[in-house]
Amino acid sequence: MCPDCFKPARNKQSVFTRMAVVKALEKVSDEKFLKKYPCPPTRPTTKCIDQLVKCLHGSIFVAGRYNKFSRTLPQTPWIIDGERRMESSVEELIAAPLLSSFKADGLNFSSSGREDVDVRTLGKGRPFAMELLNPHCSKFNKAEIRQFQEAINQSSDKIRVRDLQLVSRDAMMHMKEGEEDKTKSYTALIWTRKAIEKEDIAFINDIKELKLDQKTPLRVLHRRPLAVRQRLVHNMSTRFLDSHHFYLELKTQAGTYIKEFVHSDFGRTKPNLSELLKTDTDIIELDVESVDVDWPPAIPE
Amino acid sequence: MSLDGTEEKNCEAQGPSVIERYYTRWYKTDIKGKPNEDQCVLQHSNRICVITLAETHPIIQGGKSIKEINYQISDGCSRLNNKVSGKSKKGGQFLTEFAPLCRITCTDETEYTIYSCIRGRLLEVNECILETPDLLLKKPSTDGYIAVILPKFEESKTVTDGLLSREEYEGVISKRGSAQAEPC
Repeated sequence: MCPDCFKPARNKQSVFTRMAVVKALEKVSDEKFLKKYPCPPTRPTTKCIDQLVKCLHGSIFVAGRYNKFSRTLPQTPWIIDGERRMESSVEELIAAPLLSSFKADGLNFSSSGREDVDVRTLGKGRPFAMELLNPHCSKFNKAEIRQFQEAINQSSDKIRVRDLQLVSRDAMMHMKEGEEDKTKSYTALIWTRKAIEKEDIAFINDIKELKLDQKTPLRVLHRRPLAVRQRLVHNMSTRFLDSHHFYLELKTQAGTYIKEFVHSDFGRTKPNLSELLKTDTDIIELDVESVDVDWPPAIPE
Repeated sequence: MSLDGTEEKNCEAQGPSVIERYYTRWYKTDIKGKPNEDQCVLQHSNRICVITLAETHPIIQGGKSIKEINYQISDGCSRLNNKVSGKSKKGGQFLTEFAPLCRITCTDETEYTIYSCIRGRLLEVNECILETPDLLLKKPSTDGYIAVILPKFEESKTVTDGLLSREEYEGVISKRGSAQAEPC
């Protein structure tokens, strides 16, 4: 009836995924469907055969915002060739109490962008959503959800979660919207090769809507296509620290590689801070100050 | 120095640079038997390699003025025509160790060929040095890079087998110095 709807894919256990079935049902016209499966149905000619029936709970979606206070914590588990390279992860710290309380078989973690291991996420935090697979317990009220949030926050000082709430599957779309068009703010600690004075970095405060051409950074080029991306640095401000250091605050378009803007990535991000200051610069530390996506809705504490 | 509030004393010190933090330096010396024609391969922890001149290369040591950099290495092949697409970088020219990347001609008429040094797929060549050849002398290890190559996944560990480590390179260099000091 629908020969092209079900294509075997590597990652999926069965060809009949939820999405594929939904799409197939939309594709097939009522006429075509009724031809094969009339209503009322025809009289069966054979006896019913025992089929193995598997019941699954529908996924539950939990969303919130997370802070990351550690510079040695990856966002998702860091495992290469079966070997864990770094202890724990934001995902695992948030998932632990949820997996056990919801009695779920597994989870899919996603977020509105992500930060490197050595970058902190401050302010209101980064929106995330977790799909809990086959949750055996799914009815929890707001007070109980707040307790889960407390449990997560008590479990570790490396992360903090806020606005934890149940959301619909569709609501997950809001989060990925943030990836392309929203803005993000950062603070970076910059080192300069040449000695600087306060006056030398003042001009940076006046630069607005700086257009960058960023070639895919070498550090991600092994898993991303080679391309040039145009990104905007909306504004910047500086705080002098000493003759070779200053703090740089930036507000940028989503998808801007901050580290590469600072050290130029072999000159493959242009313009870059090094060029602007006419000296070699490096980024010593980076913090995400805000991820300007207004989802999920804030939950007053 | 840190945003977290802790302090360190020597504010001029850089600490490990981008190259020191993420790359391993490998070297090939006296390439094709030509004295001092040394190159450096910066291998990122993700296996991507950046090909650069080594600081002992005659162009840098001699402070030479560059007349021309030519990526057209044969009638049918220009490294500038290299086009890769998609995550697996399909279409990139596959290079072996002695595949030429470019030819550099200096104002004193000396000519140097820069080689790949490793096996892999060519991802990009540095077009900035065509406009600003000076980068090769001023920033040979960063802005003046020559090319970016992606070794085959299966060969990621073995791709540097034929190259010298930093210590081995320094050993070769110091032997050169003493060789020159010996009487004829």
